[in-house]
Amino acid sequence: MEPVAVVGVGMTAMRRERRKDGYADLVYEAVCLALEDAGMTIDQVDNVVTVSNDFFDGRTISSMAIQDACGSYDKNVSTVEGDGTFGAFYGLMRILSGSFGTTLVCAHHKGSESEMALITNAMFDPIYERFLGVEAITSSALQARAYMDKYGVTEEDCALVSVKNHGNAFRNPVAQLPLELTVEEVMASPYVAEPLKVLDCCPISDGASAVILASAERAAKITDKPVWVRGVAHCCDAYHLGDRDLSDVRALQYAARKAYSMAGISDPRQEIDLVELYDAFTYMELMWLEGLGFCDPGDGGKLTASGATALDGKIPVNPSGGCLSGHPVLVAGLNRIIECVLQLRGDAGERQVDGVRAAVAHGVNGPCGQSHCVWVLGGER
Amino acid sequence: MAEERKELIKLESGEAEQPFCWSAGVYGSKFLTELRDNKRFVGVKCPKCGKVYVPPRNVCGPCFAELTELVPVSDEGEIVTFTVVSFGFVDPSTGKQKPVPYGYAVIKLDGADTYILHYLDETDPQKIKVGARVKAVFEEERTGSMLDVKHFTLLER
Repeated sequence: MEPVAVVGVGMTAMRRERRKDGYADLVYEAVCLALEDAGMTIDQVDNVVTVSNDFFDGRTISSMAIQDACGSYDKNVSTVEGDGTFGAFYGLMRILSGSFGTTLVCAHHKGSESEMALITNAMFDPIYERFLGVEAITSSALQARAYMDKYGVTEEDCALVSVKNHGNAFRNPVAQLPLELTVEEVMASPYVAEPLKVLDCCPISDGASAVILASAERAAKITDKPVWVRGVAHCCDAYHLGDRDLSDVRALQYAARKAYSMAGISDPRQEIDLVELYDAFTYMELMWLEGLGFCDPGDGGKLTASGATALDGKIPVNPSGGCLSGHPVLVAGLNRIIECVLQLRGDAGERQVDGVRAAVAHGVNGPCGQSHCVWVLGGER
Repeated sequence: MAEERKELIKLESGEAEQPFCWSAGVYGSKFLTELRDNKRFVGVKCPKCGKVYVPPRNVCGPCFAELTELVPVSDEGEIVTFTVVSFGFVDPSTGKQKPVPYGYAVIKLDGADTYILHYLDETDPQKIKVGARVKAVFEEERTGSMLDVKHFTLLER
């Protein structure tokens, strides 16, 4: 692959309700932050990819509501309806096509403006599944049970993730939900859908983010701290929950293997220094760690209990606080990429991990991790 | 002169609805009419890999092969995974909140290779096990929908 770099990143603070700000206000804030970070003006942005979802925004062609705010006026603009990691993938492809030297990718979400359960219910098949009331939490509870039953993973194992990620959030100024917790407190939080408890679940959030990608030639003119895309891949499992083994992470394994291969990584446990993954629910961090190859299937709990994934561990996971500490849907994947970029540049402030040379960012689309996108990012090409 | 008021306005979408009418297709219609008229489940078998899909559809994803052979499957099966839902959620089919808690499961019907989602008549998670046997309980009044099955009942308690 021709080298492409991330040259600018911007995130708004994630909050339960950003009442003062409409989508366009959030997007404008994130885009200005990314431009400032890159030291660029909007004129230097060759094309734009927006990431939004019409159901969440309550309007069709939701991308057009932010056309001014994302700086796409008089530019080629296209849209991805899915997680930000997939939007960034499309932005990368647009550079690789040779048609554009830079791409601005922005994503927005306001969970405060709609009924989350009704909208996530609407991702399921309207003939066979939707009327049965399944939505994001119920489907994830079914997956959590399938995974825990298969490997003997306990609710305490999952609680460790909540303690760690909410704790990490104290060092991230844009995080929504820093919490000082114990495993006992997580275990004592009420069940939402057994085995998931309140403190196993991500919050509802408002927020927006933006990243700017550039070809090697353009990156050289923009920044002396480019972060390079070393490998990236995505893979999709079946749509119907009933067609899948929910305890299985084959789509993630495939995407990870392909991304590692592109990046020349043969052993992620030795060669990756930091991971930002899509922990919408605590059990997901364990499953995705296994799928990404950082431990054997079923060992995510043991790895977490060993302290290896803590901020000062061998392989820090979600130093940002993860989706558990702020989950603007769609934006969340871009935030995983952005945290990796900040860590690789040494710009992660109080939560900076020493010696990060290669980092993995991971995003998810569809119910229960139907589709996974894996990015390997590095300070060197 | 009145002091300037600083308020942040939000507009509600109101009672407007966006109604849809989804086609269940030929196999989906057969599946739903069998539920309604005969309290039976049908699936469709892949001519290449032999996998039986329930509910039936027209393509086997892994084989990318057209499915044509409808086959009967049992109204009994086993629990693949389950949850007990405790949070209130407005049922989109009725506009009313289903009373909580309620049992929910992924179920493998005997003779099927894929699973369906449905309610369980048990709300104590300690009494539900992966692999437990279940049987469909049908509604008296049936309309040709997944809700023609009231819930699945545990065969052993």
